[in-house]
Formats: sequence, C-alpha cells, structure tokens
Amino acid sequence: MPSPQPVSAPVNTAGADPFVRIEAVTKRFGSFTAVDDVSLSIYKGEIFGLLGGSGCGKTTLLRMLAGFEDPTSGRIWLDGQDMTGVPPYERPVNMMFQSYALFPHMTVEKNVAYGLKHERMTDAQRKDRVREMLDLVQLTQFAHRKPHQISGGQRQRVALARALARAPKLLLLDEPLAALDKKLREHTQFELMNIQSQTGVTFVVVTHDQEEAMTLSDRIAVMDKGQVRQIGTPNDVYEYPNSRFVAGFIGSITTFEATVRKIEGQNAILDVPAMGGVKIGRSVPGLTEGEKVTLALRPEKIRLGRERPDDPNSFSGVVSGLGYLGKDSLYRIALPDGQIVTVNSVNARRVGEDERVADWEDQVWLSFDPTSAILLRN
Amino acid sequence: MNRRPIFLITVLCFGFAFFYIPILSMIVYSFNASRLATVWGGFSTKWYATLFSNKQVISAAILSLQIALLSATCATILGTMAGIALARFKKFRGRVLFSGLITAPLIMPEVITGISSLMLFILMAQWIGWPASRGFTTVTIAHITFSMTFVATIVSSRLIAADQAIEEAAMDLGSKPWQVMKDITLPIISPAILSGWLLAFTISLDDVVITNFTTGPGNTTLPLLIWSKVKLGVTPDINALATIIVCIVGLGVIIAGIVMNRAEKRRDADIRLAYRANE
Amino acid sequence: MAAIEQSDVPPHRKGLVSWFNRRGWSDIIIATPYIWLLVFFFLSFIIVVAMSFATRTPTAPPFSFGGEHPLINLDGYKRLFQDSLYIRAFLTSVVNALIATALCLLIGYPMALGLTRVSRAWRNILLMLVILPFWTSFLLRVYAWMGLMSNNSWFNRGLTSIWNWVVPTDWALRSIPMMNTNFAVVLVMVYSYLPFMILPLFANLEKLDQTLDEAAMDLGSRPFQVFRDVTLPLSIPGIIAGGLLVFIPAAGELIIPSLVGNSSQPMIGRVISDEFASARDWPMASSVAVALLLLLVLPMMLYTHFDAKAQERMKDEP
Repeated sequence: MPSPQPVSAPVNTAGADPFVRIEAVTKRFGSFTAVDDVSLSIYKGEIFGLLGGSGCGKTTLLRMLAGFEDPTSGRIWLDGQDMTGVPPYERPVNMMFQSYALFPHMTVEKNVAYGLKHERMTDAQRKDRVREMLDLVQLTQFAHRKPHQISGGQRQRVALARALARAPKLLLLDEPLAALDKKLREHTQFELMNIQSQTGVTFVVVTHDQEEAMTLSDRIAVMDKGQVRQIGTPNDVYEYPNSRFVAGFIGSITTFEATVRKIEGQNAILDVPAMGGVKIGRSVPGLTEGEKVTLALRPEKIRLGRERPDDPNSFSGVVSGLGYLGKDSLYRIALPDGQIVTVNSVNARRVGEDERVADWEDQVWLSFDPTSAILLRN
Repeated sequence: MNRRPIFLITVLCFGFAFFYIPILSMIVYSFNASRLATVWGGFSTKWYATLFSNKQVISAAILSLQIALLSATCATILGTMAGIALARFKKFRGRVLFSGLITAPLIMPEVITGISSLMLFILMAQWIGWPASRGFTTVTIAHITFSMTFVATIVSSRLIAADQAIEEAAMDLGSKPWQVMKDITLPIISPAILSGWLLAFTISLDDVVITNFTTGPGNTTLPLLIWSKVKLGVTPDINALATIIVCIVGLGVIIAGIVMNRAEKRRDADIRLAYRANE
Repeated sequence: MAAIEQSDVPPHRKGLVSWFNRRGWSDIIIATPYIWLLVFFFLSFIIVVAMSFATRTPTAPPFSFGGEHPLINLDGYKRLFQDSLYIRAFLTSVVNALIATALCLLIGYPMALGLTRVSRAWRNILLMLVILPFWTSFLLRVYAWMGLMSNNSWFNRGLTSIWNWVVPTDWALRSIPMMNTNFAVVLVMVYSYLPFMILPLFANLEKLDQTLDEAAMDLGSRPFQVFRDVTLPLSIPGIIAGGLLVFIPAAGELIIPSLVGNSSQPMIGRVISDEFASARDWPMASSVAVALLLLLVLPMMLYTHFDAKAQERMKDEP
C-alpha cells in the first residue's frame, strides 16, 4: 500500500479476500501519467468510492476496470481472474456512464434488454429479466418510451437498470449523480444504496463530489495526481486525514503552523504562534519533540463565544466576515497576526439578527477540544 | 482498447488511390512527347508551350475569371442577405416561398436550370428588349442566381448555430437592429461569407452546363472551351491545362490548410494555457 | 413594441432615417434577394412549366399558346409515355444513378468511418484530400477517366492482362471496351460524386457519441455488433443526406454520359438538351424537364418527411 496510513477494514467484510485487486497499476498517455503506481483492494459487496478532482486519474482507473484502457504496467484481478487483455465485452463488469450513454434509437426496454442479447437465455427469461430490472428502478410504465422522452432522473435509472441487467460481478458508476439537480441527487443517493443492498453487487463509484462520496461509499480512496492519497471509511478520511491534501479536499479546514514542545502521554503540547501561545492536541505516532507540524481545525469543531472560556485551548480574534446560512452561520475570524479562521456555528435557537453570538468587528473567543485537533506531520 | 481499425484504414488507402490515380496519371501524361495522349513517347514539356501560345485558351481563361469574380461577389452579397433573412427574420410575408426558392436551385438538375434560364432570357429580350444579346451578362446573372443559394445556405446555417443572445446583448446595450447587424452579426458570419464566396467562385469557374445554355456566340469560357475539345477525345494539351489547374488549386488548398492548422494549434495552446491558469 | 419605438423617436428624426431604423433595413435585406430569385429563378421555372403545355411551331421563339393551337397542349406528356425513347432514358438515368449511389455508399461509408478513427492531424489532412478533387474542374475529372479507360492506356492494358490471365483463352481480349458504356458512366459518377457521400456521412458519424460504442461493448457486443446495433442505425440521416446529394445530380447528369456514355442509350439530361437545342422542341424539352423534376422531388419529399419526423422527435424532449 502506498498510503502511509493503515487501511481500515471494510465495514461488512472483515478478513475477507479482496474481490478486486489492483496491483501497482500505472497508465501513461504519451508523457502524461494518468494513474501512477496505484494498488488497492475492493471487497465483495461494498460500495467503494474513488474521489478526486478533475484529472486525478479516477476515471482512467475506472476505464481500466471496465477494459476500455489497458494498464501500461501492473495488473488488475477480479474474483481471482487476471483481467489483463480481456476486452470489455468479455468482462463480468458493467458500467454506468456519466452521460448515461443510452442508445437514443432504442426504447427504454430495448436499452435494458441490449446486454442480455449476448447472454445464453430463452426469450421468456430475457423478458422476465428486463421486467425485473424495470421494476427494480420503477420504470415499468416507461418501458416503451425512447430516452429523450423521459426525464433526467429516469434516464439515470434506465442506465442503472441496463448496467445491472447482466448481473455483473462489479458495477462501475462514473459520476452517477453529476447530471441531476440537487434535490433529486439526495433522493437518488439513497435509492442507489438501496438497490446495491438488494442486488449485492459490488459498486465502484467515481465522483468529484465529496459529499456524494461520503454518503454513498463504505470506503473511499482519495486520489490526487494519479496517486491514492488515503483509503478509509468516510469517517476515517474526514476525521483522521493523513495529509494536508486530504484534509483540505474533504470538507473545509483551517491550518496553523506549530512546533511540538513536549509529548505527554496521548497529548502533544504545541507552540502555535498564530494562536498566541501553547495549545494541546492529540498526538500522532512517530511525533518527536521539536518537530514542526501543522495543526488543522474543522470549522464545526471550533466553539465561538464573547467571553473568554476557561480553557487552555482558547484564542481570540475579530469577526471579519459573517454568512447566515439558515441552519448554521459561517464566521470568518481574523487573528492578531492576520490569519483568517473559519468557524461554523449551528443556529440551535431561533433568534433575531441583533441577538446572535457575534457581529461584524466584535472581539470573540475561540476554543477547541484537544481531540478535535488534527496534527499533520510535514 | 487501442485496436487499429485495419479494415477501415485499408478502405481509406484504396479510396484515396481511387481519388488520385486518375489525376496523377493525367499529370504524368501531360509530359508525354507523343501526340497519342495515352501512349508514352518520352518526356517533353512541349504541350505546355503549345498551351501558352494558344490565344483562345488565354482569352477564355480571362473571361472565366471575370465572370467568376463578378458573379461570386454579387452572389455573396445577395446570398448573405438571404441567409440573414432566413435565419433571423422568423416572420415575413412569403417566407415559405422564399425558403423554397433558396433550396430549389440546389436540387434542380443543371440541364433544367440551363434551359429555363435560356428561355427566360430569350422571352425577356422579346418582351422588354433586355438582355439584348446573350453573353457575359446573361452568364453572370445565371451564375449569380445559382450560386447565391449556396451562399445563403452556408450563411443561414452558421447564423442558426450562433448564439442569438450575443445579438440581444448588443441590442440591450443600445444598438439599433441594423447596427447590431453591422457590428455583431456580420463579423460572426464572416468566415461563412468567405467560404460562401470561395464556393460561388469555384462553381462559376467550373460550370459547363448552365454556361453552355446561357452564353452567346463569341463568349467562350474556359470550361466551354475544354468541353468542346474534350468531346473530340483525349488530347495532350488538355492534360497540360489540367495539370496547371490542379497545381494552382492544390497549392491554394494546401496554403489554406496550413493557415487553418496553425490557427487551430494556437487556439488549442490558448485553451490549455487558460485551463492551467484556472488550476 | 413598434408603438413604443415610435414614441421614442424625436420629431426631427422622423422620415427616412427613422424608417430605415425601424423597418427599412430589414425590408431591404429581405426584398433584394427575394426579388432577384423571383425574377431569375421563379419566373424561369414558371416558364418551363407553362412551356410544357405549349405547342411547338416553326416560328421564333418556337412555340405558341392558343390561336389555331390548343391553349393547353398535353402532347408532350403523352409522348413521354408513347415514345419508348423517353421511358428508356428515364430508366437508364434512374438505374445508373441508383447504382452509382449504392457504390458511393459502399465505398464512402467505410471511408467516412475511417476518417473518424484516425488522429486529428491526419483527419484534417485526409479531409482536405477528399475535398481537393472537388475544387479542381469537374470536366477535368471526367477527362482524367477518359484517359484511363481508352483502349490503349496503361490502365486498360493492365486490366486487360489481368483479365486474360484469369479467364480461359477463348475469352481473351485485346482491350477491355470501357469507354462509351453504362459501366463508364457509373464509374465516373462514383468518382465525381464520392465526396458528396463522404462529407455528410463524416459529419454525421463524427457527431455520434463515442461512449455509446463503449456502452455497447461494455454490455457484451463485439466490434461488428457495435457497428450493426449502434453506429449504423444512428447514421441513417447521414446516409440519406449523402444518398440524395449523389442521386439527384447523377440522375440529371449531362456531361458524364455525353463524354463517356453510350450514345444509343442516352440519359434523361441528354434527352432534354437534345430536344431543346437540336430539335428546337421547347415544349417537349419542358415536358421531359417537368417529369424529371417530379421524379427527383419525390425522394426529396420523402427526405423532408423523415427530417420533419426527426425534428418532431427532438421537440418531444422534456
């Protein structure tokens, strides 16, 4: 594993053999390395998320799983079989395309039935299977429409039914929700998870949307510049990021330069100049005294108040910006040295504008728990 | 999946051989010393000398160029107007007939266009005394009518593809409709106008059938001259003339291709830079 | 809208300028080409149709309506069916044009498909090479084949020796008679009109979504099945457009058959031209012309019908 952090066990398949094994796979296009020595394992029945920005190599990795691209080096194993050189039409893998790639000249029914043409089954069996799939995605009544006669959300479900019809061992989903609007996306996320648990097919989901990755996936691989930066459960990668990149890519974060003074049991005593003195954070393995580290804080893990709290982990600043989002408010606090800290405070009580915790230009106090502080070694 | 489509590449090779072997053969035989145009009798450039000393060929070529320049320019002006009318004025009286008049010449066989123009000119001369004789004027008018519909088709399809919001934005910023046309619409369609002009020019320069019907005595264009010579069979000086025409056209197309390729490369580089700046 | 604009115009600017700003500019843009086409195209078209009902006379111009002759003379149309010359000419034209169209499709389709599969730099060069012959003279392209097909050309002699090598000695030939046959007409038509097939097909195939091919392959189709199930049905509009662009000029072709064709089997374009120029029978020439137009308008109308249906389908999109 290239990632320094140990991979946490999958939620529901502890100790199982990996179903998909990607071994040291590299893909180059000319001089450009799209995927750089990636190794990872995917377990049977899980939803595995590949998360990263555009051009990080996630789609190329997916296309190699589907067989549209061959790795420049390395191997891909699926259910104990080496997939090298196996063309897409002979792989027990199906893909749901980002654009859905529905055949515009075929009805919904024909689209779903298309993959079954190549399966050895009777016409009746084929018909039953199509019916079953359309039931699964609740599109039976649209069976005879053409793709352009149904809505975007329905098209997405046709694509899903078509890909699942051949009962693939592995289903690849390329940005499955990107083309849907926000409301529909939330609903569809849960529907996808539902269908996955009904069919038990292993899903690999490529997405650039961290929220989508977090809700859908059992485990997430965060990719950047062709490499896997961290693999873990959504909780792992959010709460225990192993690098500034992962910390910054998933959720927002404020980082501070710090120096380790002392290590006391579980805790590390840190010198944080921007916060005006000594602060305490949870130590990480391998930390040594005198080491320069980065202290990172998530906006919702910082408490905000007008009074100075009785807490060594407190520091003060001036409100330089304020955004009211309804369920919560976003504060931008300027520290004395000019650094800006983002703080998220939940609006748990209903109050008017003049009663809120802090206003523009107010002097406020911020504090955090030692366990909430993320220490990143440089 | 980096399979080479071997079958398709093979067909492409044969297709291009089919396109170019006759032309190459024609060029090679233009340097044939033998009078028999199909039997090789050694290398010679004498047919080029014959060609350039033939006053008939030179004057026919000049007449063709004059007609082509004038008719292409008029056809471009009229065709651009027609294209704008088709693409931007959704409602006016007789629009259906108008769009029919634009498409009909495109599917009309040239023979029919030829005899109908000729009958029109003869009857007009009888009714109103104009055109008094057939020749330069009638050929040019027939060419304009025929090629303006090509220009109109090119211009209107370019305009339909263009974003009309740009024109609305100009109007929103205070331009009068005709100013929008001048400041926004015409610059947008200028590539289409240019290719329309080129097409009209080529059509006029190349036309045999319509010219054959609408011209009068003493007004022989180059294609008509070639036509009358070719009817009698293969002659070596026509090979020489063909070689010259192919070379001129080939050179023009190659230069245009290089210019376009450069522009495309520059645009690609700009796009890449813009993306990098965004990252 | 107009009312508002009118009230906005200051009084001193009413008149010509204001008329131009409000309506004149658009009227000029519409009217100029419209009048031109009405006079030089529509009127000439009306003349052809009217002429097809006229009576031939030995006067100049050689026709008359009424007087001692019937106002509407249907003799021209009757002769179309009575004289086998016309029916045979129509048949020859349609058959030659259909064969040429089919061959263009057979050669042009894989070429257009091949063009979509090569790298972009190559594609631009090859497209230029497809268009290049089109910019050279049409007559000279026909002429190039006259050189190749004539009896003692290298091409004909090459084909003859292949023929003599393949067939039994009894069938041996001194040269293959290619010139002045329908074979020559079709061959030169294919040569001349192939770009008209390739270009619309290429434009259609290039626009097809490549992920559809990938989706079909992902669902278990081999490359040929992908072509049969996805590429081919989606390229039908391109096939129709290319087919019409080849068939229509080929059916009315005058130059190719008169240079390389069999003069005892004239095509319809030649018949029209001969009736008009040699026989000076304007009414008959016009009748044949109208009949040819009807023959060509039929496939065109079918096409617009299909096209309208396709447009309608697009409109259904939610």
